[in-house]
Amino acid sequence: MQKSLLIDPVKCTSCLQCEMACSFEHEGSFNPAKSRIKIFEFEHGARAIPYTCTQCAEAWCQQACPVEALSRNAETGAVEVNDSVCVGCKVCTIACPFGTINYNTDTGKVIKCDLCGGDPQCAAACPTGAIVYVDADWTGYQRMQDSAVAAHGGQG
Amino acid sequence: MGWQGKILRVNLSEGTSAIEPLNMDWAQKYLGERGLATRYLWEMMDPKADPMGPDNVLIFATGPLTGTMASTSGRYAVVTKGPLTGAIACSNSGGKFGAELKFAGYDLLIVEGRSPAPVYLHIVDDEVQILPADDIWGTTVWHTEEWLKAHHQNPLLKVASVGVAGERGVLYACIVNDLHRAAGRSGVGAVMGSKNLKAVACHGTVGVRVKDPNRFMAAVSKGKKLLEENDGRKELTELGTNAMIDAMQEFGGLPTRNFQEVQFEGVDKINPTAMWEVKPGGHRNMVTNKACFGCTIACGRIAHIDKDHFTIVNRPEYRHASGGLEYETAYAFGPVVGVDDIDALTFASYLMNEHGMDPISFGVTLAAAMELFEMGVLTIEDTDGVPLNFGNAEALTVMSEKTGKYEGFGQVLGLGSKRMCEKYGHPELFMGVKGQEFAGYDSRALQGMGLGYATSNRGACHLKHDTFAEDMEDQTGKGKAKPCKESQDSTAALDSTGICLFTAGAWGSDVLVEQVDAACEGEWTVERFLETGERVWNLERQFNMAAGLTAADDSLPKRLLEDPAPSGTAKGKVNQLDIMLPEYYELRGWSKDGVPTKETLDRLGLEGTHNV
Repeated sequence: MQKSLLIDPVKCTSCLQCEMACSFEHEGSFNPAKSRIKIFEFEHGARAIPYTCTQCAEAWCQQACPVEALSRNAETGAVEVNDSVCVGCKVCTIACPFGTINYNTDTGKVIKCDLCGGDPQCAAACPTGAIVYVDADWTGYQRMQDSAVAAHGGQG
Repeated sequence: MGWQGKILRVNLSEGTSAIEPLNMDWAQKYLGERGLATRYLWEMMDPKADPMGPDNVLIFATGPLTGTMASTSGRYAVVTKGPLTGAIACSNSGGKFGAELKFAGYDLLIVEGRSPAPVYLHIVDDEVQILPADDIWGTTVWHTEEWLKAHHQNPLLKVASVGVAGERGVLYACIVNDLHRAAGRSGVGAVMGSKNLKAVACHGTVGVRVKDPNRFMAAVSKGKKLLEENDGRKELTELGTNAMIDAMQEFGGLPTRNFQEVQFEGVDKINPTAMWEVKPGGHRNMVTNKACFGCTIACGRIAHIDKDHFTIVNRPEYRHASGGLEYETAYAFGPVVGVDDIDALTFASYLMNEHGMDPISFGVTLAAAMELFEMGVLTIEDTDGVPLNFGNAEALTVMSEKTGKYEGFGQVLGLGSKRMCEKYGHPELFMGVKGQEFAGYDSRALQGMGLGYATSNRGACHLKHDTFAEDMEDQTGKGKAKPCKESQDSTAALDSTGICLFTAGAWGSDVLVEQVDAACEGEWTVERFLETGERVWNLERQFNMAAGLTAADDSLPKRLLEDPAPSGTAKGKVNQLDIMLPEYYELRGWSKDGVPTKETLDRLGLEGTHNV
């Protein structure tokens, strides 16, 4: 079963455990500046929104890459960067409509969410369930269930 | 590892900055944050120096766990000589600024001298600039943060700054970071303002590494799980720190109307239930809770003010959400000034953050002014036409703003309660210790709290010890000295790690030490950790002794020692400091006059400090 990250901004407290977990997994250090997932705060912190790559089925980044450094991991569904092929041209960063693939000046390559090979550390670290890893075909399941309960007068 | 091994020194008189290696011998003896900064302060300045003069040194200090995945790892401390107290000041803040300073590569930022003109620091990793602050001098904390991010086209900048209160020398001005977190007490913002330093804007991309990553992550996971399961943690997440207001009301330890009373009739209007309640018009004070960096507790409150409330009805710029009521703000704008209007309290809280002031000191100073007003010592001519009666919500918000902008009677309130009460001939109305106002706990009901207040090195403070359990159990001075001393030491050690005090209930020192030991070089045991705390406490004490403080400064106001509590569980009781203090000095290994003995100092490796 393929899985997807499911993000619920209402539950996010902007603690940045996810950003640290991401950088620790990929860089071996706690370093939000190198995180593939970012938390955006609005209105003096009244709203916080986690945002990362959604692993598009037809990925703009992948199609834009002139050297085929981006490929899909058939098992996880993630579009992954092959560092030994990437030439750091940054065309993918222009192509991505969401800004979730970025150039890393330290390595001269691009970085993006790779779902940690199927065990995303951001979801594991999130203390509030704002980021969870669920069945890719049923990312709406919980919301559908909640709506169903609400539509029936809260009788769960 | 854990440590970055680097400090950033900025000399504002010279307009220079330098990156230097961290003294690792000191890191091994003082850990980081509070302890390490105290050691540097001791080395770098004469404790007798004028706190508002160029010879005072202002240190922003992270701990070895700051910026790691350990829960609550966002803490940093500001250590300097406090202008409110003339004692060492150590103010701790969360938010995201501290971790960012660490990510830029620094354990400490040390600021010396005084700039000839207003400046701010712009730090991106090892690029450090001292830049003119003409465009932001005289503006608020909120404007400053917004301007810096826009000016540098860098939304990732984290900012710590002062408002006009800090610029103009309000003696309890604080340093605010991330809009509504603050190094709040003892006037550290006034020191920053006195140096003509408006702000520190920082972005870091270096990251933090630890000694043994696998062991560290295991220890961190254990710590997070213990917090998740802990009932005290759950209460902090759901109700915030203001859960305390109902407990203190019931116990009779809630200082009311400048400590004339210990219970407040308006509590139900400003407690967590009131914060969450949807009013008939549809407004609810609470918006959401919010975490500081790395924190899995998220006790912070984000609230908003009813748009029809008198405070903001004509001021749409305040209709947005922002930092809401914590227990200490609820106490300092509520019971101690007799106000029960939750929107007024919330607005005053906004103003404290926007202008950069300590709500505790402001509220307790206003409370003393209200008592003076009701006694007829202060008249309406003195107070810019505002009747300063207890319970007057408009007096609270108008005076908050006047003090924040350093206008009119706000300039008098900006002196703090001690100096204001002396000015009007009633020093006995000052409710605090060493010039710093009390937090929201009455020490007639909470005896050990009184000892903690009296002996806290930064003046009256509720965060440097923990005798709650003993205080709730027994309302005499017996058996309080030992837990007070021991918790002072463990808290001083915790405050030296980069971790938040609110983990203490779930963790105990052993759980924290596991994380410290996995992150840092050196064999860290609980015993060594607690000894580090005791060393920090004694060095702070030595700073104060050298600054000219004596045992006479370890005292409480007559009101708490002689006027019995009028109601509650402690009805008829006074604080028994006279029983606790001699026992405390003895346990500390200090003389009867409260001076650390040579033997004690030698035992703690403080040999160099006893000729003061």
